[in-house]
Amino acid sequence: MSESVHTVTTLPTGRRAGCPFDPPAELLDAHRHGPISGYTHPGGKPGWLITGYDMMRSVLADPRFSSRKDLMNVVDFELPPAPPGEFLLMDDPEHSRYRKPLVGRFTVRRMRMLTERIEQITADRLDAMEAAGPPTDLVTAFAKPIPTIVICEILGVPYEDRASFQEQIDAFMGGEVSDEELVAAYTATQEYLAQLVAAKRAHPTDDILSELTDSDLTDEELRGVSLILLAAGFDTTANMLSLGTFALLQHPEQLAALRADPALTDGAVEELLRYLSVAKTFHRTALEDVELGGRTIKAGTTVVLSYNTANRDPERFTDPHALDIRRRATGHLAFGHGIHQCLGQQLARVEMRVAFRALIDRFPTLRLAVPAAEVALRPETADIFGVKSLPVAWDAK
Amino acid sequence: MSTPHLSVDRERCIGAGMCAMTAPDVFDQDPDDGLVILLRPEPAAAHGAAAQMAVGLCPAGAITLHEPEAGSS
Repeated sequence: MSESVHTVTTLPTGRRAGCPFDPPAELLDAHRHGPISGYTHPGGKPGWLITGYDMMRSVLADPRFSSRKDLMNVVDFELPPAPPGEFLLMDDPEHSRYRKPLVGRFTVRRMRMLTERIEQITADRLDAMEAAGPPTDLVTAFAKPIPTIVICEILGVPYEDRASFQEQIDAFMGGEVSDEELVAAYTATQEYLAQLVAAKRAHPTDDILSELTDSDLTDEELRGVSLILLAAGFDTTANMLSLGTFALLQHPEQLAALRADPALTDGAVEELLRYLSVAKTFHRTALEDVELGGRTIKAGTTVVLSYNTANRDPERFTDPHALDIRRRATGHLAFGHGIHQCLGQQLARVEMRVAFRALIDRFPTLRLAVPAAEVALRPETADIFGVKSLPVAWDAK
Repeated sequence: MSTPHLSVDRERCIGAGMCAMTAPDVFDQDPDDGLVILLRPEPAAAHGAAAQMAVGLCPAGAITLHEPEAGSS
C-alpha cells in the first residue's frame, strides 16, 4: 500500500495554557489523520505513535508487543533490563512472577473493605482544611496526603517516615529537579526501601510488604516491587484528585449534578479517569513484524501509545471532549489494558469515590481562589500530568 | 446448550477485577489469589448485559461467552 503516512516530528506531552484538561493539540491533530502516525523517537530511532482507541487496545492485548525495557528501541544506545521487581517493564513469565503474589491483595472486595478507613483519612484532611480556613492549596492539603497515607498504610511504611519519603518521591516524579537531584532522590528512596524490607523480614507487621516476605521474592526484588507500588500508588491518584477537582470546578453544571446525586459518584470517577487520563504515554516494542491498520510495524520497532488521545477517540466516545459524568465511560484506557493493566485500579477507584464525594459534600461553596489561567500545571517532564498547586477557597461557617 | 453460557480461563486471568466490578452477580475474585471465580456460568437475563460487558472489558481476554448454536434446541 502506497498510502502516505502522516508523521509526527515531536511528541508534546504537556498541556496548553487555557486547556489543562485536553491532550496536546499536536496529538489530536495526528489522530485526525488516523489511529497511527509515523514518529521518530527523540534518539533518532524510527517508531510509530498510536492515538486510536481500538488499535491501542489491540496492541496492549497482543503478546507480539513487548514491555521490556531492554528491548525499547528509542535511543541510540542499549537500555539495561528493568531493575529486579520493576515488573511494569517486563514480559511474562517474569512479569507474572511478581504480579501474581500481589493480585489477591488488591481485589475489588479487599479494596472496598478499606472504604471506612479511607473515609476517616479523608475526613481528617477536611477537618484540617476547615480548621485552617480558606484559602488553601488543595494539592498539599488534600490530594497528596490522602493517597500517600493510604498506600503507606497498605505497604507498611511507618508513620514517622512518610513526610521525608513523600519528598523523595515528589523529587523523582515531579519532573522539576536537576538530573543530579533526581538520581539522589532515587538512590535515597532505594536505600530507604532496602532498610524497610529488611525491617519487615526481621519483624513482620500487618501489611503487604510483610506478607510478601513469605513469597519467593528476594529482598532486592521486594525493594523494586515496593518502589513500583509506592510510585504508582500516590502520584497518579494525587494528580487525579487535584486535576479532577479543577475540572469539576470548571464545569459547574457537572459539579452541581454530582453534588445533588451521590449515585452519580462511581460514574463520575470513571468519566474523570477517561477525560483527564493523567498517565501520558507508554511504550511497546514489536517482537516480530506486525500489520497494524495497513502499516507494517517492523520487528524491533517501538511504538508510543498516547492514552489521553485514545480516551478522546470520537469513534469510541460520543462527543469525546465533553466532560459528561452521566456517560458510560467504562472501557476507557486510563488504567491501560492487557496483562499490565493497573494492579491498583480498584484502590484508586475507592480513594477517588470517597475523596471527591467527601470534598464536595464538606464544602458546598468550594471554588478556585485564583483565575483558572493562573493555576500552575506540572512541567512536561513529569510522567503524570496534573497541577502543581490548586488554590481553593470556600465560605467559612 | 440452548442458552448463552460463560467460561473463564484462570491461566489467562490477571486479577484486575473488572468482571467482579462490572457484573458482581456473575463473577467474583478468589480471596487468596485474586483470580476470577465464575459464580453463574449461565447468568439470568437480568445479569446478561453486565456479563457481556465484563467479557469485553476483561484486559486479559480470560472470559468467553458461548452463544447457543443456531437451530439447536
